[in-house]
Amino acid sequence: MTAAILSGFVLAALAPWVRKVARGWAGWLLALGPLAIVAYFTAQAPHIADGETLSASLNWIPSLGVDLAFYLDGLSLVFAIIISGIGTLIVLYASAYLAGDALEGHFYLYLLFFMASMLGVVLANNLITLFVFWELTSISSYLLIGFKHDKATSRAAALQALLVTGSGGLAMLAGLVLIGQVTGSSTISDLLSQGDTVRASGLYVPILLLVLLGAFAKSAQVPFHFWLPNAMEAPTPVSAYLHSATMVQAGVYLLARLSPVLGGTDEWRVLVIGAGAATMLTGAYLAWLQTDLKRILAYSTISTLGMLVLLVGIGTPLAAKAAVTVLIAHALYKGALFLVAGSLDHETGTRDVTQLGGLWHALPFTGLAALLAAASMAGLPPLFGFIAKEVFYKAAYEAPDLPALLTTLVVTSSVLLVVAAGLVAIKPFFGARVPTPKPPHEAPLRMVLGPLTLATLGAAFGFVPGLLTEYAIKPATEAILAAPAQVELVLWPGLNVILLLSLLTVTLGAGVYAARARLSPPARRLDVGARVGPALGYQKLLDGTLWLADWQTSILQNGYLRYYLITIVATTVGLMGYATLTRVALGGVLRQPDIRLYEALIVAVILAATLAVTQVRSRLAAVAALGTVGYGIALLYILFGAPDLAMTQFAIETLTVVLFVLVLYRLPRFATLTSRAARRRDALIALSAGALMTLLVLIVTADPSRTRLTSYFAYNSATLAKGRNIVNVILVDFRGLDTLGEITVLSVAAAGVFALLKLRPPRKEEATSAPLAEAEAQPSPEEVKPVSLPAMDATVD
Amino acid sequence: MDSLVLRTATRYLLPLMLLFSIFVLLRGHNAPGGGFVGGLVAASAYALYAIAYDVQRTRQIMPVSPRRLTGVGLLLAVTSGLIGLAAGDPFMTAQRDTRELPVVGKLGTPLLFDIGVYLTVIGVTLTIIFALAEEE
Repeated sequence: MTAAILSGFVLAALAPWVRKVARGWAGWLLALGPLAIVAYFTAQAPHIADGETLSASLNWIPSLGVDLAFYLDGLSLVFAIIISGIGTLIVLYASAYLAGDALEGHFYLYLLFFMASMLGVVLANNLITLFVFWELTSISSYLLIGFKHDKATSRAAALQALLVTGSGGLAMLAGLVLIGQVTGSSTISDLLSQGDTVRASGLYVPILLLVLLGAFAKSAQVPFHFWLPNAMEAPTPVSAYLHSATMVQAGVYLLARLSPVLGGTDEWRVLVIGAGAATMLTGAYLAWLQTDLKRILAYSTISTLGMLVLLVGIGTPLAAKAAVTVLIAHALYKGALFLVAGSLDHETGTRDVTQLGGLWHALPFTGLAALLAAASMAGLPPLFGFIAKEVFYKAAYEAPDLPALLTTLVVTSSVLLVVAAGLVAIKPFFGARVPTPKPPHEAPLRMVLGPLTLATLGAAFGFVPGLLTEYAIKPATEAILAAPAQVELVLWPGLNVILLLSLLTVTLGAGVYAARARLSPPARRLDVGARVGPALGYQKLLDGTLWLADWQTSILQNGYLRYYLITIVATTVGLMGYATLTRVALGGVLRQPDIRLYEALIVAVILAATLAVTQVRSRLAAVAALGTVGYGIALLYILFGAPDLAMTQFAIETLTVVLFVLVLYRLPRFATLTSRAARRRDALIALSAGALMTLLVLIVTADPSRTRLTSYFAYNSATLAKGRNIVNVILVDFRGLDTLGEITVLSVAAAGVFALLKLRPPRKEEATSAPLAEAEAQPSPEEVKPVSLPAMDATVD
Repeated sequence: MDSLVLRTATRYLLPLMLLFSIFVLLRGHNAPGGGFVGGLVAASAYALYAIAYDVQRTRQIMPVSPRRLTGVGLLLAVTSGLIGLAAGDPFMTAQRDTRELPVVGKLGTPLLFDIGVYLTVIGVTLTIIFALAEEE
């Protein structure tokens, strides 16, 4: 199982290369990866249906209780198959949709990276692991929404999605950590039986609020829903995959997964049902008022997400069953409809419904897929969407709290979704032919395969719901409830209230669809959200943050190196000096030192050189004097048994001189510009820094634990790490993680220097036209003028 | 710098210094040395070449660009950590061969990590030095 998840990352890393080698066949080839994952998970279905669960674990940070642990039960299985199955179709679809795009290889990389991360989310059996994969999906979503990075709207939408879901993710992390503290375990499968501990804890309400924030932000619940329609800037396959079938369902997954732990309380019901119902209604209300196909679908997705959250909130066995059923039905029809929207956009040049009509003859297969999927979305028999809606209505109708209100809201939303379904499937394909920007023709095979497969499955499961029930819906329902459940689904439940409600929904929906020209303008005026909505709040918050950043930057980052140095050194001296003087007993620190003559001589040279640095009237002389200081210190290292440090110091000193010379050449002539007072201040700061360091060294050397450390490393580096050079063993083994961090920082610093010096926008007229890609490329030999390094003596005063 | 003596000397010094840097890198586990110092020595070798000739020629004689070296170095360092993970231990747990080799000691992920440090240090140092030297 671990291999199935992690192989996605490997495949992602190979994707650009596969694209380069296989060219047009890359889509087919890369789709084999997700297909194999589908096959693997499908093969597990019979075992899971028998009530087994699968778990696997890799040690990650065992000292913190963080393992790369995975767990497969009914709920994660349903998600895993949806993720990898739709992933397969999306890779194929995208290979035709993006054919010829310069960044096609990158696209596969992001997409497969997302798939693997998403599998990680739904299979993680450790709270921290879950969080890490959760954030990886946010990051891949950011890259995918901003895929057309030359468009400002794409970038803004990508950032918005990242900020909203990322902030929610941080809140969720805090909640997850609290759960871990309350229960003493961060293994999810262990937590399922500890719900009472969590609910009885005083931290229950903070935990609930934090986790809900994360889930609601990810699953676009009101008031965080605004990022999802904007995310439609992404290429359509991405919208179909991330922003309807998988990533946005992560919040629903989290709620369903944690409902045995957090659910069942009044707080849970009020918050989850409240948010779900509000989202369901808002999404449905806004969906049918849009004219852009993708925005219609986005708002209807928001509505369905609300329905799922509502069902998880209700929490009865019936509601849990309905949630799984709606989830599967939605993934099938909404995935198909998004892909249809993409095909329409691709083959006609527009996705504005008012400019589409009568295309059935031009795109018959796409049209068929649209029709089947939309019928499922509208809940028409005999499609699977019908069954899903029946169960959903039943769950609302038999809800323990406020059944009448819930049923009314649910039916109202469903009516509006029927209208939305008509808009995406009937309006473009039937009625009068409308001229389109491009002459319409059927989409290529790879772009028909995806929507048609999903739509056909949605139809087929309507006829044989038994298969799906036994292998997917029942195990998943039991996982949500953490208890055995009776689950049956039938296409024809007999004549009852629920069926009448369904009939009412379709009739009203058809009525509104027919009268939409008259109904939508007044309805649009009612949309107060556009004027005072949370999107506005987001913008204000973002602007405020930027203003604050701007303000503090103008104060702290004033552009003068000397002030930076003063700030850093003075702050360090102040804070450390205060802590040292108040916390450390200074008695016994000052003791009679045992100094030899040659040591004193070296120190004298260092001091003289230091003084010289401040007094000489030439920069080159100052650099030379500074070098003397460095070499003197290196000598001291050798005397005190630190040859490694000495070697490094020598090398660094040498390179520093080289760097200085490179920079000196560009500086203006040496002059003393500072006033006497400023120099006095600088001297004072420098001397206090030196005094503090001296004091610290004295304190450290007087500390008896120093010898314990020495003997520990001296003993263990040979026995544990098989090395006799303690310094090196500490660097690469005992504290290897620190070193990894340090070389990463070094690389970032190098990238920073490079960017500052090389990626400046050209000053001349090409400033506006030079594309980013060119500026990032390695400068070609022609661009880089040969620069001989200046002769040291000639150019520096 | 236009100096025949320096140029001629550099042509012989460069390979020697590079060899020496690898020696310093490899002996680090048991004697003074290691990837960091080794990387600095190798970087000074190319810096010397850049002073004697120019940056463009130095780029030409380098098999891999400094920026790529940085990336490859980081990748090697992370990989050495992941090997431990793949073997079922926590990230960055050292994995070693049991045989003792002269100079290097036992082959294992710490050495791979040190090579990663070595390459990163060369890459970082030369990226900065070249960027400054090419600055107009």
